[in-house]
Amino acid sequence: MLLSKSLRTAALAAALAIGAALPVYADEQFFPLQSYRVGPYAAGGTGFFGGFIDYLNLVNIRDGGVNGVKLTWEEGETQYEVERGVEVYERLKNHPGVAAWNPLSVGIAYAMIDRITKDKVPLITINHGRTDSTDGRVFPYVFPLLLNPYSETSGIVNYIATREGGTDKLKGKKIVVLYHGSPYGKETIPIYQLLADKYGFSLEQIEVPHPGNEQQSQWLSIRRAKADYVVLRGWGVMNPVALKTAQKVGFPVDHIIGNVWSNSEEDVIPAGDAAKGYVAITTQASGAEYPVLQEIIKTVYGAGKGNLDDKKRIGSVYHNLGIVNGILNVEAIRIAQQKFGKRTLSGDEVRWGFEHLQLDPARVEALGAKGLFHSINVTWDNHEGDGRVTFQQWDGVKWKVVSDWIAPDWASLRPTIEKSAAAYAAEHNIKIRTSDDTAVSE
Amino acid sequence: MFDYQFFIEVLVGGLLSGVMYSLVAIGFVLIYKTSGVLNFAQGAMLLFAALTFVSLVERGVPFWLGAGVTLVIMVALGVAVERVVLRPLVNQSPMALFMATLGLSYVIEGAAQLLWGTQVHGLDLGIKDIPFEVGGVLISQFDLFAAAIAGTLVTAFALFFRYTRTGLAFRAVADDQFAALAVGLRLSRVWAAVWTAAGVVALVAGLLWGARLGVQFSLSLVVLKALPVLVLGGFDSVAGAIVGGLLIGAIEKLAEVYVGPLLGGGIEAWAAYVVALAFLLLRPSGLFGQKLVERV
Repeated sequence: MLLSKSLRTAALAAALAIGAALPVYADEQFFPLQSYRVGPYAAGGTGFFGGFIDYLNLVNIRDGGVNGVKLTWEEGETQYEVERGVEVYERLKNHPGVAAWNPLSVGIAYAMIDRITKDKVPLITINHGRTDSTDGRVFPYVFPLLLNPYSETSGIVNYIATREGGTDKLKGKKIVVLYHGSPYGKETIPIYQLLADKYGFSLEQIEVPHPGNEQQSQWLSIRRAKADYVVLRGWGVMNPVALKTAQKVGFPVDHIIGNVWSNSEEDVIPAGDAAKGYVAITTQASGAEYPVLQEIIKTVYGAGKGNLDDKKRIGSVYHNLGIVNGILNVEAIRIAQQKFGKRTLSGDEVRWGFEHLQLDPARVEALGAKGLFHSINVTWDNHEGDGRVTFQQWDGVKWKVVSDWIAPDWASLRPTIEKSAAAYAAEHNIKIRTSDDTAVSE
Repeated sequence: MFDYQFFIEVLVGGLLSGVMYSLVAIGFVLIYKTSGVLNFAQGAMLLFAALTFVSLVERGVPFWLGAGVTLVIMVALGVAVERVVLRPLVNQSPMALFMATLGLSYVIEGAAQLLWGTQVHGLDLGIKDIPFEVGGVLISQFDLFAAAIAGTLVTAFALFFRYTRTGLAFRAVADDQFAALAVGLRLSRVWAAVWTAAGVVALVAGLLWGARLGVQFSLSLVVLKALPVLVLGGFDSVAGAIVGGLLIGAIEKLAEVYVGPLLGGGIEAWAAYVVALAFLLLRPSGLFGQKLVERV
């Protein structure tokens, strides 16, 4: 009897202890993070997810959350593998208050589109993902914020035109696109052709097989082609090898223009001196001089809650991309709260917030991000949001911005995007939305 | 009109790239020759060696001391692999041993990241990769340096195998393990020495490949370049690894430049495997591999 009483007491104590350990979900907005901190792409993953978490921490510590709603998150390691990303999705999708998914992986994002559409939760693919998901009429829950691959292509060609003195000077120039041998690398092939036809430059597109650790033959072909510019549409090890091999065949590095996945410190540091002078596109400048970065250093790292182990990486390309991604997610929640109330929102309500995510340069400045990124103007049918791009040059130690904010030629790209989205809608039997279909479902 | 100068440039570039493949392939050959194990962990060892070296140097350790310390670590790793992985698996099937090395590669890759972090590193060996011109053909200084290192390594191994007792023991074990045991050779000691030698090769190859690609996780993927070299040259011949490397390097570069455009480009990775497959059908033991004759 005594034993039984002791057991009951112990069971009660254990139950109370478990109850105390369980998280409280009232007024919390949850971010499930399919991060990759080990494996071949860990350098990018630690930077991006580190920046994202640093910004969420800043909002929690400085403001007490978004209008009192605390931001929470949980990480699931994917090692950048699609099946692991899907497993993390299935494991965390039922957590209360999921705001949005941010996998930073083309493969995982593709695998999630049907799932998040069914579950009515936004999928954010900042600077990457399906180009045609820009068309919010067909992809209501997918947001390739700031830059899709077609806009990137147009931005790069516009930058080259600026350097040459105008688009009319592109006629007769020779541009070679060196692309990664993957669906990602091949996605822009028709758009470069479209722009070559439009502006009259000569175009050659050369594939580098994955992973790209050998490029001698490709660069000898580039030298023989007498290219004026090479666009590097690389990934991972392909980028430093391209820069080193360019040096080996005597191609001038400042005439190599990197795309948005060839623009990080991880892409240039391994190339050493061969990378000095290399130029790459970006949607967010690097460096820690921006007020929001300074606040993160002071408030988050000062409180010992910084996410990066190596503080030298604060302000790096991937870290700043994570911070900008954090700003966009938080502002979407803030905008949605103005309509639905200052409480935990459903995924569909956050989707509405993203579809009204309009941050002009004044609002960007108020957020402490002037110069870090330009602006965004997402609407129900334009899920990219007309992000501007800038170009930065590697000086051997850090990136330096060398251009103004450049606008891609969205108008000429939109018909191609709509055509592709319409084909997707027909294939998947999707009803194309109109502006009357944007209300939040009950 | 056919551009002979360009052809020679592609050919020379391919041959010099092939030398780099040979460096990786030699590590495979050493272990396969003496134990019959296809060591899939060779790429991970290469990554581990390069990452250890560059991490030490970045922490202020002088270049040669860093190389020495890394060498000691690679020797320790070789001995540990023999003790922990190979010895318990004596008399297991070749497939079991292969799977063990596959698992080992993941363990080494994980340990490398756990110890030294996930950041990428540049590695400067002091050899500039600026080309010089010979008769209108650009030749890479770095590739020539790598070829000289590979040549030195092969010569050193040839002398070692021929003129040292340990080298003789290697050859005896490679020839017939049971006969070697019967005459009193200690198999475990020979295998530990072989894995140590493979560790040394991994260090040399890791430094050269690391200087070329940067020291990062994908360094372990260079094993994929070694496999067709082994099929072509033979799994148990150091000379085969060299000749196979040169052939694969030249063939893949020429194929990419002259056949690639007809097939949409990007063919060099699988073109090497097409050649290897063809060789496997015609000459399963490779150019220099030992022909296996078994009485049934």
